[in-house]
This record gives sequence, structure tokens and C-alpha cells, in this order.
Amino acid sequence: MSEEMIQLQKIMKRFYIGQPNELEILHGIDLTVYEGEFLSIVGESGSGKSTLMNIIGALDRPTEGQYYLSGREIGSLGDTELSQIRNQQIGFVFQTYNLIPRTTALENVELPMLYAGENKRDRRSKAEELLKMVGMSDRMMHHPDELSGGQKQRAAIARAMANDPAIILADEPTGALDSETGRTIMDLFHRLHREQGKTIILITHSMELAEETERIITLRDGRVTGEREGGVRYADFRKCENGIWFSSSQ
Amino acid sequence: MLILENVKMAFGSLRANKMRALLTMLGIIIGIGAVIAIMTVSSSLTTSITDSFQDMGANNVTVGLKQTTEEETVKANGMRFGTSGRNASIEEEDRITDEMIGELKQEYSDQIDAIALSESISSGTAGTGGVTSNVSVTGVNADYFESTQLSLLAGRKIREADLKGNKKVIMVSDLVIDNLYDGDMESALAQPISLNLDGVYSTYYIVGVYKYESNSTVSEESDSDVTTSAYIPLTTGKEENHMDEGYTQFTIVTSTDVESVSDFADQVETFFAPYYNSNEDYEISTSTMESMTESMTEMIRTVSIAIAFIAGISLLVGGIGVMNIMLVSVTERTREIGTRKALGAKNSSIRLQFIIESMILCLVGGCLGILTGLLLGAIAASILGYAAAAPVAAMVVAVVFSMAIGVFFGYYPAGKAAKLDPIEALRYE
Repeated sequence: MSEEMIQLQKIMKRFYIGQPNELEILHGIDLTVYEGEFLSIVGESGSGKSTLMNIIGALDRPTEGQYYLSGREIGSLGDTELSQIRNQQIGFVFQTYNLIPRTTALENVELPMLYAGENKRDRRSKAEELLKMVGMSDRMMHHPDELSGGQKQRAAIARAMANDPAIILADEPTGALDSETGRTIMDLFHRLHREQGKTIILITHSMELAEETERIITLRDGRVTGEREGGVRYADFRKCENGIWFSSSQ
Repeated sequence: MLILENVKMAFGSLRANKMRALLTMLGIIIGIGAVIAIMTVSSSLTTSITDSFQDMGANNVTVGLKQTTEEETVKANGMRFGTSGRNASIEEEDRITDEMIGELKQEYSDQIDAIALSESISSGTAGTGGVTSNVSVTGVNADYFESTQLSLLAGRKIREADLKGNKKVIMVSDLVIDNLYDGDMESALAQPISLNLDGVYSTYYIVGVYKYESNSTVSEESDSDVTTSAYIPLTTGKEENHMDEGYTQFTIVTSTDVESVSDFADQVETFFAPYYNSNEDYEISTSTMESMTESMTEMIRTVSIAIAFIAGISLLVGGIGVMNIMLVSVTERTREIGTRKALGAKNSSIRLQFIIESMILCLVGGCLGILTGLLLGAIAASILGYAAAAPVAAMVVAVVFSMAIGVFFGYYPAGKAAKLDPIEALRYE
């Protein structure tokens, strides 16, 4: 097995600490994600998967427990260090795309590189390359409100890839898309996983999507209740004429 | 680099909400505009006042009679109204005499170059062959021309000999010559012209022509209607018009040896004090170009500061408006802030973004305000009849100040944005 990318040890998350309505969402999660793995975390709403994702994404700190990212304990870091980790090591893909309004697709993809302090020329050429990779080369100068849902999500994936992070964290990435468009997005993830060796963590409530991933973690009431192999369908892909990848099933 | 990107983003978000941005900037525009307009008007007023005093000569000390304060007058004379005109009511015994001037001259012979005496005689017309020109006649001594800058175009000035002989000679402006002699100055010399002062006619001979210079930039009259000064010997004027001996005022032209004109003016005042110690109604006061300019500009400055202060309140209100709209903007863009944080923006980057946005908002407002102010100032100055001087220093201050307003009133909203919890922000609907 390859190296450990993420190691969660007895992660607890409590809210409203010290108040009468104190709430424990995560009751001690142990989870290891290996480098280059395509993993899905499944759970119903209220299972704590969003909270877990926030902790994995370095947006939130665990109340108790240790979080090792590439061997470094990051559970107790300050804002500046966490921003740096989010910027360099994690690429977020959201259900609602979260592209910055009034900003072109290209500028959106440039944004993480801007925060990383890269110069204009490098930013531009990398962003163009990334948008080309997701099949958006003819939509670079479009604003989010001029893009379809699928195009927005593809731009968002390009943005998540901007600083070449080790981990892509996708939170219900196809949740707002029709099944056909959702398919192309899932295929894109498979491609990133296979061709670029990205560690991808997919958070979803759809078992069907989770089945596509290598390993499925089931979360229930703040505890890991199941773990099994998936990998039903990420076999062979072929390249389409327009540069967009589709699975062989289509 | 990040700053440049932020500036670009700030302009983008202003463009997205043009109307809102404009309304927000209004307070800043009005405030800065008012300050610039006032500065323009006051600086053009100051320039024109300084210029007109400069004409009088920087070395001149004007010595004049001044009424002692009203209260003292009332005490001394019981019921008495304030004197209306200087010449009309000043008694012969109160006037400055030739003896006093003579003694002054002796005492300060090193400091005094010339003593210019002049007495306004009357206004009327100068004419020949049925054509007339308006003139205001002033009796002067030969030294008078030392105190003013008259440029002689033809002939000569009034001489000491003209005064000794009570000669009926006159110096007129080129406008008069234009009217009466079609501008032919040489042939006008030594020609008689008829002076009509209050219905009394007398004949004078033209000895000199000087160049008339208008001291106002607006010419509301045509050239032929303008009343210009005509100079006759002081002695002639007094005799012809049966005027009192002595003077109500005169001008000392100080020599170049005098280091401080205003110090010398104080000495002159001290010199005259004994003569007027026992005089209940009048005392001697002196003024210099310097002191007159100073008091006038001081007055203008005081008024400007008062108005600028009121304009400052508009800036304060404008700043609060900016803060308000920035708070709205932060709330509206909560999700965007969350996304930016997820993409790796530090708290400080978010703060910088919003401070720059607020600064740009104020800066654009400030620039629009400067344009508005320059426009208003130019209009006001042209109505007042002076050339508008753009107050460069005030413009620079306005730019810096509007940026400072942006930083000051943008700091709190920007801090609020920076402190947003990324999870809450991403979840915000």
C-alpha cells in the first residue's frame, strides 16, 4: 500500500462547548486515507459527514484527536498556517460550485495561485492549461452567470487543481446537476485520479456514485459504521473527439 | 501584486453596483467638492488682492488719520454721530500739516525716499471740441509718482515746478487721448482741455499721457465710458477748489536701506504720537502693503476654514455611508468570502481586499469631488471676475484625505469580513 496521506485519530467535534446545549457531532473518528486513493464518505444528512469534511479540509479544527496531513499534525494550527494548507494541499469542489461572481472562469482558476503569490504570467498560462484540461478552453472569458451548471463545475474543478494539491475534496459535486452532466463530472474525477494520481475524497449521500470509488466509508451519527471496497465501474475510458472524456458506458 | 489585483477587483465590484456606488460616494463628492470650490475661490481672491496691493508698492507706508474708537468719541462729545466721509468732516486743525511732514522728513531722511501727497479733487469730464471723457481728478505732488507704478507714454509727469507755480497742467490717461485726439498723443501734448468739475469749467494744458491699466478683469463698461484718473498739481487743485490746508493721508516711499517696512511704519506712528496725544478725535495710523494683504488674506482664510469645516461634516456623513455600504457588501458576499478562504485566502488577504475596495470607493468619490469642486470654483471665480486658480495642494490633500476616510470607515467592515468563520460563510444562503 502506498503512503498515508491523511491520518485521523480519535477525532471528536463538539459544538457550544460549556453551554447547556453542548453537542457532540463526531464521536471519535479513526480514518486513514492513502496517497492516490479515490475514497468516498457516505452518510445521511446529520451523520456528521460535512463536519468531517470541514476538518479534513482544514476549514475547522477538531475539538479532540489528532489530524496528520502528510505526517504533519495540523489539528492545532493557526489561521495563517491552515490557509496555507488549504491553498497548497487541498482542492475544494462544492455542490454549489462557489465560483466568484463577476469574475471570469480564467480569473477564478487563477485565484488560488494569486493567494499563493504566483506571478501574473505563470498564473495565466497554468489556468489556461487547466481549463483546457477540463474542456473549457472556449469558455475561459465567460462569467459564472454565463455558464451552465456542468461548465461551472468543470471550472471549479480546474480551480481546485490550481496549485496542484495532493487532495481533492469534493462535497456532493454532482448534487446540483442532471445525471448526464453529473456523469461527465464523475468521469473527470476518475481521470484526475487515474492520470494524475490525485487523492480524491468524495462526500456524497448517493450510494450509486460511491460504488464507483475504490473505498467506501459509511458514517452514521458521528461514527464510522462501515468500510468496504468499491470500484464497480472505473475501468476503461476512451477519449472523445472534442477533448472531453466520457466513460465507455455512454 | 495582491494590491494591484485587489484594486482591479474593487473596480469590478464598483462597476457591478454603479448606482449604489454613486449614491454612496455622494457624501464624499459633496464634501470634497465643496472644499475644493472654496479653496479655488479663496485662492483666486487672495491672488487678486495680493496682486492689486502689489501694484501699490511693497516699500510704501501709508500714513493716515484714523478716528479714535467710537466709545471715546461719544464720551468726549456727548451726542455725536460717526463721521461719514474722511475729507468732508475732518477739521483743518486735525489734519496732517506740511510742518509735521517736514519734520518727519528731517528725522528719517535716510529712510525716506519720497513722500507722496495726493488729494482727491473731484470727478467730472475732460473735453475738447464737444467730445468729453470721464475723469476723476487727483491733486498730487511730484513725489506721488514714486509711490505708484504709472508708465508714461508721452510728455512728462507733474513736476515740483508745477506745484510751486500753481500751474494749470494735467496728466491724463491714454483712454482720454483715444477719445479726444484719436490716440495721437504727441499732438495732444500742450493742448488745452476743458475740465468740468461739478459744473465749474476750467482749462488745463496736457503735459503727459500715462497708460491706463484696469485693475479688474471684467470690463463691464466700454472703454469710452471708463472713468480714468487725471493728475493735476496738488497746489493748483487745492487753490482752485478752496480746499483746506493739510492732508488726511500721505504715502512714504521708503528707501532700500529700510529692512523692515512694517517696523518703519511703527516708528512713524510713534513719531506722530506726540502731535495727536491731545487730539480727542483722531490718531495717526499706518499701513503697509504687507499688513493690508495680511489682514485681507487672514479674513478670507478664516471664512474659508469655517466653510471647509461645514464641508468636513459632509465628509464625515459620507464616510459613515461608505461604512454602511461596506457592511452590506460584506454580508452580501459572505459566500464569496467563505470560498476565498477555502481557496487559501488568509484573514489578512480578505481584510486587505475590503479595505482596498472601500478606499477605491472613497478615492473615486474624492476624484469626482475634485472635478465638481474645480467646476464650481471656476464658475464662482468667473462670476466674481477673477481668474480661477486650481488649488493643487488642496487637491492632493483631498485625494489623501478621501483615501484615509476609505481606510478608516472600511476598517471595521473589512475586519468583520476577515473574521468570518469559513464554514459559516460557505453555508450562508
